[in-house]
Amino acid sequence: MSEADKPDDEQLPPAKPAGKVKPPPLSLSKRQALRRKFLRTVLLTGGVLGAALSGYLPMVYARRQRLRPPGALEEKDFLASCIKCGQCVQVCPVQAIKLADLVDGFGVGVPYIDARDQACDFSCDAVQCILACPTGALTYAKPAFLPVRQGTQLAAKPILLAKEKDAEPTLNLKERMGVARLTRPELCLAIKGKGFKGQARGADFKGQMRYMQVDRWKPIPIAEHPYDVAECDLCVRECPVKGAISIETVYAPDGTQRKSPVVHEPCVGCGVCEMICPTERASIEIVPREVWRT
Amino acid sequence: MNTILKRRFLEQILAMFGREPKKPVQISAPAQEIHLYKRTTNKEKLQAAAAHAEAHMSTSHKWRNRRWAVLIAANLLFVVSFYFDIQILEGALTGSRFIGFHLIDLNSALQVMLAHKHIITNLVIGTATVFVFWLIFGGRSFCSWVCPYHLLAEWAEKVHLWLVKKKLVVDQPIDRRLRTVFWLVFALLAIATGYTVYEAISPTGIVSRALIYGPGLALLWVLAMLVFEVFFVRRAWCRYACPIGLTYGVVGIFSPVRIKYTLEGCFHEGNCRKVCLVPHVLDTVIKGRAVHTEVPIGPDCTRCGLCVDVCPTGSLTYDVKGLSKLL
Repeated sequence: MSEADKPDDEQLPPAKPAGKVKPPPLSLSKRQALRRKFLRTVLLTGGVLGAALSGYLPMVYARRQRLRPPGALEEKDFLASCIKCGQCVQVCPVQAIKLADLVDGFGVGVPYIDARDQACDFSCDAVQCILACPTGALTYAKPAFLPVRQGTQLAAKPILLAKEKDAEPTLNLKERMGVARLTRPELCLAIKGKGFKGQARGADFKGQMRYMQVDRWKPIPIAEHPYDVAECDLCVRECPVKGAISIETVYAPDGTQRKSPVVHEPCVGCGVCEMICPTERASIEIVPREVWRT
Repeated sequence: MNTILKRRFLEQILAMFGREPKKPVQISAPAQEIHLYKRTTNKEKLQAAAAHAEAHMSTSHKWRNRRWAVLIAANLLFVVSFYFDIQILEGALTGSRFIGFHLIDLNSALQVMLAHKHIITNLVIGTATVFVFWLIFGGRSFCSWVCPYHLLAEWAEKVHLWLVKKKLVVDQPIDRRLRTVFWLVFALLAIATGYTVYEAISPTGIVSRALIYGPGLALLWVLAMLVFEVFFVRRAWCRYACPIGLTYGVVGIFSPVRIKYTLEGCFHEGNCRKVCLVPHVLDTVIKGRAVHTEVPIGPDCTRCGLCVDVCPTGSLTYDVKGLSKLL
């Protein structure tokens, strides 16, 4: 019987007589009811805390590191400071940012980018997600007390090719999201010396990108922008950051000369190269949180 | 026809021919009973009793409907703002921007501050705005007028009560001190682990984000809690677990908006306590408990108005402290 179901006409107990009076012993049924209530309370405590702390599991069995939106604090600080509101999701013009689900444990509701599906191409120009963040989990300027890992800092503010001619051509980013790496050189069309013709990721690919020559302000689906290149250089062609990647002549281990995409220091790790790479699976990928090694 | 009525039948014929009516010689037993009852009861009392019975018959859902409308509208505004990109209310319940103004959920802000141990200006602005808003509108009003989980739990409660009526389940109450313990534990966990541990299981945040950004696996946790509430413990999460409720409850301690109890007309029937999410705040309606002729209901009250709707005597009403004096 819950408290609310008790009859309401119970009177106030008579005033206690002075001096210590031992309360009458509880009946057996009342004692049992109290014990059951206590057990239920313990059970609910265990259930809720168990559910809450199961969020630790993904932290312990850390799978692949997530690529976070630009300006994200270091992973631990990022998870702590993010309020899981998704305002960054709402401002992104290419919907690159997604919110993580239950499998991310304490990272549930925290934004990430799946670059292969939809990379951040900076078509917002001003890094809108950073501007939208209410807690500073995404930030232009890290507070002084937070550590900066060696190699995450960019040598100079990256120049966004799309607004190279503007008064302020840079993205106001100080640290990189990750670094692009040629993870599958054996697939790379440039290394094979092959060209590419057609839709970079097939007709069904939903990813979008801003093409300056098409529309400065409106990203279009990549499927609507077919390519025809004699030697594949899509990663270099579409990289939004100045001087971050180029096709160079390199020497293979057997001494022969060949062409290859080479990533340079200004790479911010936005993931456009990974998204646009026409090989299946991507020859070039972002290693999230990776530092620049000289 | 019995003899009494037969006599009256004949007398009425004589009255037709000109005889004046006389006081009856004999009256039947059931009629005498009613006459006696009428001699001892006055007309006003009878009318009041009839009106009271009638008030019990008619069930009003005025405040519940208003509240559901506000709750759905608030959550829908989040959804349409994103879906149609009209930018009126951006974000989710944990943190948002209303036409540009930062709004931050108090408990989420607390978790972030404790876990991150660093506070930035925007966070302070948003938190302060929300704090002042609920300080005025009554703390836990957030629960019943805004929180989307509250609405789901209300529906689950209906199923639970139906099952209780069918004697298929029994409510298993839990120690209410547990909520205070949870509040402290989640605060300590945020400090100790550096993660916003509570946000991982907060049904408010999970449901809000699911509405706005699409459903995810996290809804399974919410579903599990609702099933638990239907079959085992009535309103388990809101009553015994939710730290958000306690945070807003504390904010509402000095709120002018509250439910007011008037002792005079109350019949102490206790219907209000049966519909209440937090019946301990209505202990004052128990016969002999009211400490004054008018008693404001305490801060744990969610100002949901179910008691106002159900009260047949108008003894429970919405009240704004000082406003009645002003008007």
